[in-house]
Amino acid sequence: MYPFNYHQPKSAEEAAHILAANPEAKILAGGQTLLPTMKQRLAGPSDLVDLGAVGDLAGISEKGGTLRIGAMTPHAEVAKSPVVAKAIPALAALAGGIGDPHVRSVGTIGGSVANNDPAADYPAACIALGATIHTTNRDIAADDFFTGLFQTALADDEIITAISFPAAKKAAYTKFRNPASRYAIVGVFVAQAAGGVRVAVTGAGENGVFRVGEMETALDKNFSADAVAGIAVPADGLNSDIHANAEYRAHLITVMAKRAVAAAG
Amino acid sequence: MPTVSMTVNGKEVSAEVETRTLLVQFLRDHIGLTGTHVGCDTSQCGACVVHVDGKALKSCTRLAVQCEGASVTTIEGLAANGALHPMQQAFHENHGLQCGFCTPGMIMSAVDMVERLGNKLDEKTIRQELEGNICRCTGYHNIVKSIAAGAEAMK
Repeated sequence: MYPFNYHQPKSAEEAAHILAANPEAKILAGGQTLLPTMKQRLAGPSDLVDLGAVGDLAGISEKGGTLRIGAMTPHAEVAKSPVVAKAIPALAALAGGIGDPHVRSVGTIGGSVANNDPAADYPAACIALGATIHTTNRDIAADDFFTGLFQTALADDEIITAISFPAAKKAAYTKFRNPASRYAIVGVFVAQAAGGVRVAVTGAGENGVFRVGEMETALDKNFSADAVAGIAVPADGLNSDIHANAEYRAHLITVMAKRAVAAAG
Repeated sequence: MPTVSMTVNGKEVSAEVETRTLLVQFLRDHIGLTGTHVGCDTSQCGACVVHVDGKALKSCTRLAVQCEGASVTTIEGLAANGALHPMQQAFHENHGLQCGFCTPGMIMSAVDMVERLGNKLDEKTIRQELEGNICRCTGYHNIVKSIAAGAEAMK
């Protein structure tokens, strides 16, 4: 690991100031991706801005059918929260399937969303549920937030403070996971809400999470696994690696979508 | 270099460290507690699991400076007054190890598992919860048996 300066601000605003003053600084949330990346010397930030002492960034609440999860809330807290289980059980299940117990006790929702790993689970939930990403500067619709591979709409000195998820009528997440890393080879989050059905795919796209419009239209008419069974997603633009080639991932999208719809009931 | 202070196994400790010093390096190299092992150093194997403020985490994926003021329990802190912790005793009785390298992490994870999920742990739950702990000898059979017995004994 390359050396760095360490900061532990007490507020998100103070953290944003440090980020603004140090262009090569990075935010440290749970650190379950950043620290391994730094250990491999794939990242060498000049400064780490640890959000661990910013008290008001963690916590879960529900109001008027919208679930709000603080950015520093660890996956394990989301997985075991009765509030989440009642409002959006699919989200609790998703959180409980990230990494392993030790990663879940430390890794955070804000870190996952800000990193926008193309195989991370939370981006699929954000897109399918039509989440809003709250930051130190503004509120960003999930549709506008994930802009590409490890890329988001966040400015360099902007910090995610919380994420709001409107509850869905029906929702489920199914992932075909890499047995070693537990990342999604393909993960599909299906949600049926007042505005219609959304199908978001993670793990497969070269540019990260994406929606499958054809499946959404079919499910709007008939919310059943049969409705998506015949819909094939083209392999163009999907990842190929040692774990799965693009054609296999394309096939898995339909399989996972069917299972997610069936699980959503 | 910053000075980091924390409570390790009930004892106040402090050392001057680089900001990039990992918790596991702090424990092993600065405090001399070498029971916590480094297996993979890539956050996958779980040999370095310790408890920080009651949460089991991988000490190779935590900076020492993040643990300022924290209360840390390592494998050395489990046995009280010379008597093995019930989970350690269960690993001993069920031969829950082969080479023994992963054992500290396995036991720290097992104790955390019982604290989170209770004393009745079925095989499926134990295997699922061991996702983050790798035994390179593949000695899982007796590890699972040990954890089930240890969980009962912790009542």
